[in-house]
Amino acid sequence: MRIHEHPVLTFPQRQSLNFTFQGNPLQGLEGDTVASALHANGITALSQSIHLKRPRGFYCAIGHCASCNMTVNGVVNTRTCVTPLKEGMIVEFQTDKGQVTYE
Amino acid sequence: MNNAACVIVGAGPAGLSAAYELLKAGAPVTLIERSHVLGGQLSKQTHKFFGSETQFASLRGLTIMETLIERLKPYQDRLTLHEQTQVVGLYSDKVLTCVKDDIYFKIQATTLIVATGASEKALPFEQNDLPGVYAAGAVQTLMNQYGVKPGRRVLMVGSGNIGLIVAYQLRQAGVEVAAIVEASDRISGYLVHASKCRRLGIPILTQHSIKAALGESHVNGAVVWQLDEHWQGLPGSEVTYDVDTICLAVGLAPLSDLLLQVGVKSRFVNELGGVVPWVDAHGQTSLEGVYACGDVTGIEEASSAMVEGALVALRCLEYLGIPVADGDARRKEFQTQLHHLRHGPHAAKLRTGYAKRGDFSV
Repeated sequence: MRIHEHPVLTFPQRQSLNFTFQGNPLQGLEGDTVASALHANGITALSQSIHLKRPRGFYCAIGHCASCNMTVNGVVNTRTCVTPLKEGMIVEFQTDKGQVTYE
Repeated sequence: MNNAACVIVGAGPAGLSAAYELLKAGAPVTLIERSHVLGGQLSKQTHKFFGSETQFASLRGLTIMETLIERLKPYQDRLTLHEQTQVVGLYSDKVLTCVKDDIYFKIQATTLIVATGASEKALPFEQNDLPGVYAAGAVQTLMNQYGVKPGRRVLMVGSGNIGLIVAYQLRQAGVEVAAIVEASDRISGYLVHASKCRRLGIPILTQHSIKAALGESHVNGAVVWQLDEHWQGLPGSEVTYDVDTICLAVGLAPLSDLLLQVGVKSRFVNELGGVVPWVDAHGQTSLEGVYACGDVTGIEEASSAMVEGALVALRCLEYLGIPVADGDARRKEFQTQLHHLRHGPHAAKLRTGYAKRGDFSV
């Protein structure tokens, strides 16, 4: 799913980053967002709608529509389309509004 | 609370252009951007711009973005940059509340330039919420910024410039485009972009729209049907396309939410994409010291957003009492540039919209 040849853009070799999705180890690239790394791995359903539990993918890619919200490193409702991927990230599917714990 | 003389929300073409004018004149600038990259929509635009050299015509969007960012470099000492920062609140005393890395903080601004841009609209049809249905600009970001293909084969909905350009760029990335469908009876983007798609053999179907997306957990097809003269689907005309991605290029809506929080004078203007703030000939909103420029004041091109940014910065400097060399002459020059950009037959709808909204020197 990665673009290798392009008439205008060059995509130089980038360092690979390890992360997990639902406990499964995956690899993304330096410069990816969480959503782009998942998409490159063929994972397009990122969450579920709150009431009907229908699958949700990304939509706007600018951090506005909330369609790509996931739990990242335990933080619910993380906008994965604008969150840069980092080594060791734990990414989880979100099926509800998410619970916030107050300290 | 931090005090700031000039706060700019949004580091797209309008915000970056305003920042440059302000910094050059000696003003300190606080620039706030939601994304981790600067440049807004320019950061994924691989196509070359039209227009005049003053607005970087013949350069690719990406190159323009690099230029706009590079221009700020000599003034780093006066620039406070907050990336990955979301402005969540605006109050009428020009206090902004922001969140960055889960930290909440406030800024008291003397002048504020809102250059928040726009977001892509969606379209109602059966199963439009399935993964695989994406905004066209979002797919452009996925491909051109992150180097990831959205899928194998795409149906493009909408033949405005974004629909046409992204369809062409999908092919450049090695993705098939089944067709471009357009609800109206004519292609709405520039002929030059449409011709490039046609030369690649991408069919452009006018008076056609999407009826439904097929699939359970991801798109595995799209049903397209013909529309009659009242924009209603014709039963029996349905054709199913074998696609795994549906791109919606059905227009943009100004991100005026922040300005609406302080109740600036605004109205819904269909021709400008949604609710837009009223601005005077210099980009000032109905709230003193608060300005708006770029797509938030009406959906247009990056070229005019850059000019508006510069124009608004001049007014902002005047408010702060910072003298600008040749201020009046430059203002006139920017206004002339805007006039030219909005001159042709393609801008007729835009001119109607601006007439409804109010000023900003059309």
